[in-house]
Amino acid sequence: MDAITLTDAIVNLSMMAPEIWQACKETALMLAIGLVAAFLIGGPLGFLLYLSQPGQIFAHRIVNGVLGWLVNLVRSFPFIILMVSLVPLTRLLVGSTIGPVAAAVPLSFAAIPYFARLVEQTLREVPRGVVEAAEAMGASPLQIIAKVLLVEARSGLISSVTILTISFLSYSAVAGVVGGGGIGDLAIRYGYYRFQTEVMVAMVLLLVVIVQIIQFVGNRLAARLDKR
Amino acid sequence: MIHLHNVRKRYRRPDGGWFEAVAPTSLSIGAGEIFGLIGYSGAGKSTLMRLINLLERPDEGSVIVDTQDLTGLSASELRRARQNIGMVFQQFNLLANRTVAGNVAFPLEIAGWSKADIQQRVAECLDVVGLADRAQHYPAQLSGGQKQRVGIARALAPNPKVILADEATSALDPKTTQSILDCLQDINRRFGVTVVVVTHEMNVVRSICQRAAVLEAGQVVEVLDIVDGRIEARSDLARSLLEAA
Repeated sequence: MDAITLTDAIVNLSMMAPEIWQACKETALMLAIGLVAAFLIGGPLGFLLYLSQPGQIFAHRIVNGVLGWLVNLVRSFPFIILMVSLVPLTRLLVGSTIGPVAAAVPLSFAAIPYFARLVEQTLREVPRGVVEAAEAMGASPLQIIAKVLLVEARSGLISSVTILTISFLSYSAVAGVVGGGGIGDLAIRYGYYRFQTEVMVAMVLLLVVIVQIIQFVGNRLAARLDKR
Repeated sequence: MIHLHNVRKRYRRPDGGWFEAVAPTSLSIGAGEIFGLIGYSGAGKSTLMRLINLLERPDEGSVIVDTQDLTGLSASELRRARQNIGMVFQQFNLLANRTVAGNVAFPLEIAGWSKADIQQRVAECLDVVGLADRAQHYPAQLSGGQKQRVGIARALAPNPKVILADEATSALDPKTTQSILDCLQDINRRFGVTVVVVTHEMNVVRSICQRAAVLEAGQVVEVLDIVDGRIEARSDLARSLLEAA
């Protein structure tokens, strides 16, 4: 590989601007679908995992055991293997196995149990006595969830979302390489296979900036919501 | 106001045997009374109190509060009945992410009060406990004694017939303890609320209770009458608690 000057690198990258922009959109789409699935399914699942524990308001040994086992099962798959195993399902759901929407299927599958565990852990930090006080005041289970658990755990839940987003930004790069597109895919195709190191460097720098921004916003929001 | 008939509560021990937290016990507490449950740690006094609002469900016996047998109620009927029984906790158990006013409003929201009624009642209750100027503070910004006043205002808000205070002063220093006890006594006198206090300190009993049950191993050993701060103890247990004070 010949060394190139900084000017060459910038010229190359600027010519690739449309592709970089396209890759950003693909990554954003994969991530968005995965995160929405995690909120809508993983969030309630996390509440159920917590509430079905012994001593909680929906304590149920079998439900808790089965849910915990399922979550562990999906989480034990290395992501790349999960993707391959889910190819038939992806084809069924999306009609294709390439493109960001197809890649979002295994991404969502991995994000749901991941977020469920994060939510469960966060809820455990709400003092039991506070929930008990609400029970003593005659609060219904729904009121306890909405007015006690969600409110008292909100800052921890924001931190969980931050962790989830950053982890899955990284997972989306893996999904991208196997046909999903996105920033990671671009980095591999140009930076690795075509020896355009400047593309690799630029994509990694881009990801570093995105991660820093997500973490910063997450921390600020969590701190603002935390009155403990 | 409160009648416990032969209530019993047992727990399974890890070795498979049973631990009897409350042996079959009967107890009647009159309307407007301040009644103490006193004993050493593990005597079953907290469990006995938690039977009154069914935070613990008795294995046997009945719990009658304000002529209603709580053990026979459905889940939603029990929730409604609990709105009539306030509770104050040793660790305060306030919502950290709600303001003082928000904490006092909580039981009223649960009970479905209107916004305007809640606002008025919260102001009244904060006035009773002397925290009107702290309405917009968060619990983390308050001292222990102030937190407990919020706890009392919260318990008082839905106009309960009964307030249960579970070691409400045990996390506080002696001076603050006295001010919290005065606050409970004030509420009892002004609003006629029946108050049940769980404590391990005879001074608490002497200070505000008219009667107190002395407990050991889940059983009532004797019921003390307190007249002008004087306690006549017949049992060895009560005498030892008196000496410790």
